[in-house]
Amino acid sequence: MRFVFKTGYDQDIDVAKHGGQRFWYSALLLGLVIAPWTLPDYWLAQLTFVLIYGIVGLGLMLLAGFTGLFSIGHAAFLGVGAYTQAVLASMGWAFPFSLAAAAALSALVGAIVGLPALRVKGIYLGIATLAFGFIVEEVLARWESVTGGNSGMMVASIDIFGWRADTSESFYFVCLVCAVLCTLIVLNLLRSPTGRAFVAIRDSEISAQSMGIHLARYKTMSFMISAALAGVGGALYAHQIRFLSPEQFGIIQSIDLLLMVVIGGLGSIHGAFLGAAFLITMPQFIALGKDLLPPAIGQAAGLQGVVYGVVLIAFVLFEPLGLYGRWLKIRTWFQLFPFYRRGLFKRQKAFQKSDRLK
Amino acid sequence: MSDTLLSARNLTVRFGGVLAVNDVSFDVQRGEVFTLIGPNGAGKTTVFNLISRIYTPTSGSIAFEGQPLGDVAPHRIAALGVARTFQNIELFEHATVLHNLLIGRHIHRRSGIWSEIVFAPSVRRAERETRRKVEEVIEFLDLQHYRDTMVAGLPYGVRKVVELARALATEPKLLLLDEPSSGLNVEETGDMAFWIQDIRDDLGITVLMVEHDMSLVSKVSDRVLAMNQGEMLALGTPAEVQAHQGVIEAYLGTADDSTSLRRAAP
Repeated sequence: MRFVFKTGYDQDIDVAKHGGQRFWYSALLLGLVIAPWTLPDYWLAQLTFVLIYGIVGLGLMLLAGFTGLFSIGHAAFLGVGAYTQAVLASMGWAFPFSLAAAAALSALVGAIVGLPALRVKGIYLGIATLAFGFIVEEVLARWESVTGGNSGMMVASIDIFGWRADTSESFYFVCLVCAVLCTLIVLNLLRSPTGRAFVAIRDSEISAQSMGIHLARYKTMSFMISAALAGVGGALYAHQIRFLSPEQFGIIQSIDLLLMVVIGGLGSIHGAFLGAAFLITMPQFIALGKDLLPPAIGQAAGLQGVVYGVVLIAFVLFEPLGLYGRWLKIRTWFQLFPFYRRGLFKRQKAFQKSDRLK
Repeated sequence: MSDTLLSARNLTVRFGGVLAVNDVSFDVQRGEVFTLIGPNGAGKTTVFNLISRIYTPTSGSIAFEGQPLGDVAPHRIAALGVARTFQNIELFEHATVLHNLLIGRHIHRRSGIWSEIVFAPSVRRAERETRRKVEEVIEFLDLQHYRDTMVAGLPYGVRKVVELARALATEPKLLLLDEPSSGLNVEETGDMAFWIQDIRDDLGITVLMVEHDMSLVSKVSDRVLAMNQGEMLALGTPAEVQAHQGVIEAYLGTADDSTSLRRAAP
């Protein structure tokens, strides 16, 4: 068991709390940097997807996990980012500019969607964002002069001032840099007043307000940052997939994204990436398991949906903190061995909360 | 030094047909502990919610340091120097005690969003300063032991103190305490009394509180306002108010009331 002896406030402010974290995250980064030389092509492509979905997950995590606002239309922001990137890339914009434009346009759309969030919450906000998701999907399908409609649109490869990231290795590095930068941005926000205001709004709006937090401003800001991250993810997604069509950004995608942050563990940065890894690798495991099942079940059309549903229910029931919560428990078990108690992570019964302002 | 910090004039609040507060006026002097007492439903918490602008009065006005609060947005109240606690503790449950107090420093933030995204050196300096201020409050209220504990796992008595600490972290001029001793045991109530006195005497913060525990009220209050069914009953020192005939009747009822409670013979 590690005891961190604190001698300065900077130890609480720093991203890495102690040497152990510094070591392990450096090792992780090193592993990711050498991945193109150590992993087979197929798994490198999967890892690229994990990074892309991780960025989108970061955005949704900030919104759902840290601000407490649930969006069931998040694929719409992904779509806005992806199509913006595709259109600008075909017009010959350099990647950094088109990426910034994709993020900015998504953020703008996020600000508009954030407006109902100031008035409604919980399931009603879910319905509002769901409706928004359908609107965007429909716009992408009907605005044929720009998006190519249902027949879809091809995406050019990345062009960074003449350097083309057209191999899977070079594109992987672009994604890695974006993912690391996005993670740092979110970590920085969470350790400064803005991130604390988000958490305050999540836990109690009335006392956030009485602490001087402008609810409308911070909720809108959360929606904008979340949408911008989804836009960045969408831009990378466009280059990875290379062919965009509106149905990729429908309700199923939105549910997948929500599933990702819930299974990863709401309220943790790790959760976004663990959830992304789960979402990307699960279909492979299902494909592997198919052959072991009787053909009537194994070849059934809705097998993947059923497995996702069962896994989601299992997590909500048995591990509300998600994959990251499970990892924390395993780590604590080893740290405390042999003194781990079963009830160590049990939630205390919440005390009665005031129902004012609700 | 006896100038008026907060003055309420002819406050009236109606919720539909219910008259929650009816023509209440009082002045809170700088540096005193002013207590609102009264039976349940007397309108004490409503008065609190009027001051923190959660409700808007149907008629009447409130002025803080001479500035009328009528048009001030609810989130601006804290910046003016008014902090509050809630009757049924409203802490940020899934955050540590330290984190809760840091949120209490929100009105003193100096960094903008863009400098926070890159965590510029100015943000780090501001964070260090915030930490130092929070540590003063932690020391004042003896919360060192709970600094890194999640609020969700704290016992009720400690939560009360954390909520008080969070209000103090905003460095208020006026502290609104909604039933600071409810749910506390005798020993914790004693601590709370000392702290309220220290807050007034050492930190120089004016306290306006709602309280039911009369021993705490008479120990710390300079003046007491008794309310019943939205109306003012009596205003004066704790001893004067306790001796007031109307107050005794409001709490204990009159001789006529008790005869009417008797069941009619079958």
